[in-house]
Amino acid sequence: MISVTGRELTTSQWLLRSLRLDGTLLVLIGVLLMIGLVVLYSASGESVQALERQMSRIALGAFALLAVARIPISTLRSVSPWLFLGALGLLVAVVLFGDVGKGARRWLDLGVIRFQPSEIMKLAMPLMVAWYLSLRNAPPRFIDLLVVGVLIVVPVLLIMRQPDLGTALLVGAAGLLVLFLAGLSWRWFLGLGLAIAALIPLLWTQMHDYQRQRIVTLLNPESDPLGAGYHIIQSKIAIGSGGLYGKGWLNGTQSQLQFLPERSTDFVFAVYAEEFGFLGVMLLLALYFLIVGRGLWIAAMAQERFCRLIAGSISLTFAVYMVVNIGMVSGLLPVVGIPLPLVSYGGTSLVTLMVGFGILMAVHSQQRLVNR
Amino acid sequence: MLTDRQDSFDEAGRDQRRFSVRVLVSLLILFVLVTTLGVRLFSLQVGAHEHFTTLSENNRLRIEPIPPTRGLIFDRNGVLLAENRPAYQLEVTVEQAGDLDLLLERLSRLVDLSPLEIERFRASIRQRRPFQPVLLKSGLDDESVARIAVARHELPGVEIEARPVRHYPLGADFAHVVGYVGRINEQDLLRLNTRNYAGTSHTGKTGVERYFEDILHGTTGHKQVEVNAQGRVIRELSAVPPVPGKDLVLSIDVELQRAARDALAPHDGAVVAIDPATGEVLALVSKPGFDPNPFVHGISHRDFAALQADPHKPLFNRALSGQYPPGSTLKPIVALAGLEENVTTAERRMFATGYFQIPGHERRYRDWRRGGHGWVDMSRAIAVSSDVYFYDLGFKLGIDRMAPMLGAFGIGSRVGIDATGERPGILPSREWKRSVQNLPWFPGETVITAIGQGYMLTTPLQLADVASTLANRGQRVQPRLLRAIRDGSNGDPVMQPVRHLPPVIAREAHWDVIHDAMVESVHARHGTAWGSIGSNPPAGYRIAGKTGTAQVFSLAPDQEYDQDTLDRSLWDHALFIAYAPAEAPTIAVGVLVEHGGSGGRVAAPVARKVIDFHLASQGLIAAAEGAR
Repeated sequence: MISVTGRELTTSQWLLRSLRLDGTLLVLIGVLLMIGLVVLYSASGESVQALERQMSRIALGAFALLAVARIPISTLRSVSPWLFLGALGLLVAVVLFGDVGKGARRWLDLGVIRFQPSEIMKLAMPLMVAWYLSLRNAPPRFIDLLVVGVLIVVPVLLIMRQPDLGTALLVGAAGLLVLFLAGLSWRWFLGLGLAIAALIPLLWTQMHDYQRQRIVTLLNPESDPLGAGYHIIQSKIAIGSGGLYGKGWLNGTQSQLQFLPERSTDFVFAVYAEEFGFLGVMLLLALYFLIVGRGLWIAAMAQERFCRLIAGSISLTFAVYMVVNIGMVSGLLPVVGIPLPLVSYGGTSLVTLMVGFGILMAVHSQQRLVNR
Repeated sequence: MLTDRQDSFDEAGRDQRRFSVRVLVSLLILFVLVTTLGVRLFSLQVGAHEHFTTLSENNRLRIEPIPPTRGLIFDRNGVLLAENRPAYQLEVTVEQAGDLDLLLERLSRLVDLSPLEIERFRASIRQRRPFQPVLLKSGLDDESVARIAVARHELPGVEIEARPVRHYPLGADFAHVVGYVGRINEQDLLRLNTRNYAGTSHTGKTGVERYFEDILHGTTGHKQVEVNAQGRVIRELSAVPPVPGKDLVLSIDVELQRAARDALAPHDGAVVAIDPATGEVLALVSKPGFDPNPFVHGISHRDFAALQADPHKPLFNRALSGQYPPGSTLKPIVALAGLEENVTTAERRMFATGYFQIPGHERRYRDWRRGGHGWVDMSRAIAVSSDVYFYDLGFKLGIDRMAPMLGAFGIGSRVGIDATGERPGILPSREWKRSVQNLPWFPGETVITAIGQGYMLTTPLQLADVASTLANRGQRVQPRLLRAIRDGSNGDPVMQPVRHLPPVIAREAHWDVIHDAMVESVHARHGTAWGSIGSNPPAGYRIAGKTGTAQVFSLAPDQEYDQDTLDRSLWDHALFIAYAPAEAPTIAVGVLVEHGGSGGRVAAPVARKVIDFHLASQGLIAAAEGAR
């Protein structure tokens, strides 16, 4: 893979190219993962064990990223429908044979490993929609909208049934974002927005009690300060008491004294905000914005429609992750179980995200090869 | 083909441009969203920073009260009347307990939990602050403590605390003086400074314990601790130590108090002994007493009901709250009024028959002695306690000149002793009767008031106070139980000042007459207390006294009082007031023997024993004998 442009390459450039990686994105992701480890050490009560487990997950994720980056885009495109069907089948299997954990049926136990098929769907969904739309003429027509609508609604409903509102939201967003990027007419999005608004009452009746409770709690957290509102109240206290400069690493009383629930997973942002303050928060937001921006740049540079769509969708889904998580932790959005991407403790979503970035890397490097 | 390819190439370019527009729109939307988040976080972290810092501190920091040690109570000779003993008590932190009903059920299998204790526990839960342990049962025995300790793992939130608990080592004899402390209830919370009682479970309910609550309690300290979300204390940040309550030294003499109790036996009644020079109350007995210790832990409904149903009324403080007709004990005051108002002289003699009639009225007012007392002057009339002489004197004085003198001696108003439950008695007068009964005063009522019957009521404390005023020849000293306040065990006791009340003004010669008559009633052969004191006089000193017999029910004009045929509960109350040594009094006594019968026969010997004991303990008798 030595360049044919005649320009000498530095060793690191050569290494990146030979591994088919985008250096900018890699550095940004690396910084974010480092921040995640730093916060995790504090949030877990200085647990070296938690740190080691998270690092092993990062290693697994990095391996997955490297592996996926090498997969030819054409291969990726051709397996997309099969991946989607497989994930759908697994989701159905979860409904039929799934394991119950924390009151929800999300896990599938294959004897060797136990995993959440909904995580596969996070990537299978945009791949499938991108695959379908790349076969059709652009921009999408009404018939495409109907097909994609079915492709999105069926898995989303299956995941909502588990129930896992957060993942359902992300999967649905990933599909819709592909539609959006493919250039679906604004009118349809307007219509879709109205349809969703009209569906809200129906959705409300279909929701589980705890899901409704979360929305009620968002509107008035003080209504149940020791119950459902406790998370939001304590999280806001943690963020607000952090101030401009923060209380300092390992000095966040809200997290260190265990007032903050879920402090190493979904609410890790509150720990970060408490200890590093508004300035730290701005840095984190900037980092996320840069990652998403870089991902979109990669997408915009791609020559093939499938590549553009999948890269754009992955980048924007990552943005949805971040906005929803920070929005919920700071009390702007209801509490849905969405982790802070690349920072929250937990394996499944981290590996999925890294695989997603692997696809971005693949798009980036293979597109360049085509160009050159 | 070429155009097709060209078309598709153009189409691809359009598609890429369209995509770029969408990406730009996405970036714009994302920028708006991230800015929204930034604004939100700015408002939380910078705008409302102070608010959330306060909330965070409130979360993290807790002020824990450190209750002060309650002051001890001693008698005048340093005998302990109220102390603090370490006692085990069962406390529950509700936040950590989980299922409270389950916990209580488990606990009740290990220790004896009465419904009352559970009821009080549940009431306390509503008043507590979060994570404050709530008292469930106090006074645990070692065995229960051991049983709970073994089962600790299945009793979350349960703590056994060794805390000082009030104990009254001398029990029943001093319950009416010292009073007792009990669990703070909702009424107490209305009057107590709740901040200073944040860590205190008990407060004075009656007696000295209640009256001097402020001095005994002390000032609550506090420590600031850091807690985690489970309410567990992580570390102590700062502490302000409590200021212990001050010790009280009472004027009571434990030995004299017991002597008075024994002297009353077998009767119920009250004895109050006062040092006339200082007003210090040396003994204040209301018999029977009751054991105050169960009240500290919370007496059971059954035991309390038993105490209330007891016909001897042990909970009733006769000495302070009991109001009795004073009978003949107040005749010296009526005599003094007669002299001061120039209605009569000490020398004027009258022939006292068996009855008195108001001129122009039919009704006969009988003397307690059937045939009367014959020729009597004032001194002899007091000594023999002639009713007819005082009917006559009272009639001549009228209520308007008699009541002020009685009032000057404190009848009808509280003396203001430093304990709870004192009642004022009744000083009858025209105004009193009009205001209470809305009726005019009748002359017949004046006549019986002169011998201490009718509407007039006095407490045994007031009788002792009257004796003290007579001993002081009109100087009135306020009776008090507090002799000194001591700050800690090694502090110097601060003696309490003598407090004077407005004196009774009378000529010295008149005081002499009254004094001589009261000595005569004890030491002359015809005196009413001759039989019980004068005939067997104490060595080395004389007693001035006056007997009294208070009717419990009214006899019809033609009816005779015959003790033998009457039910015991209708027997007269026996009364006696005295001071001694007559010439230089160091003790004034008021005695009430409930349903004792004759004052001279029953009440006077009680006073004699009390006086003897006191003077002997002071070495006065021995000194007098040595001088002889």
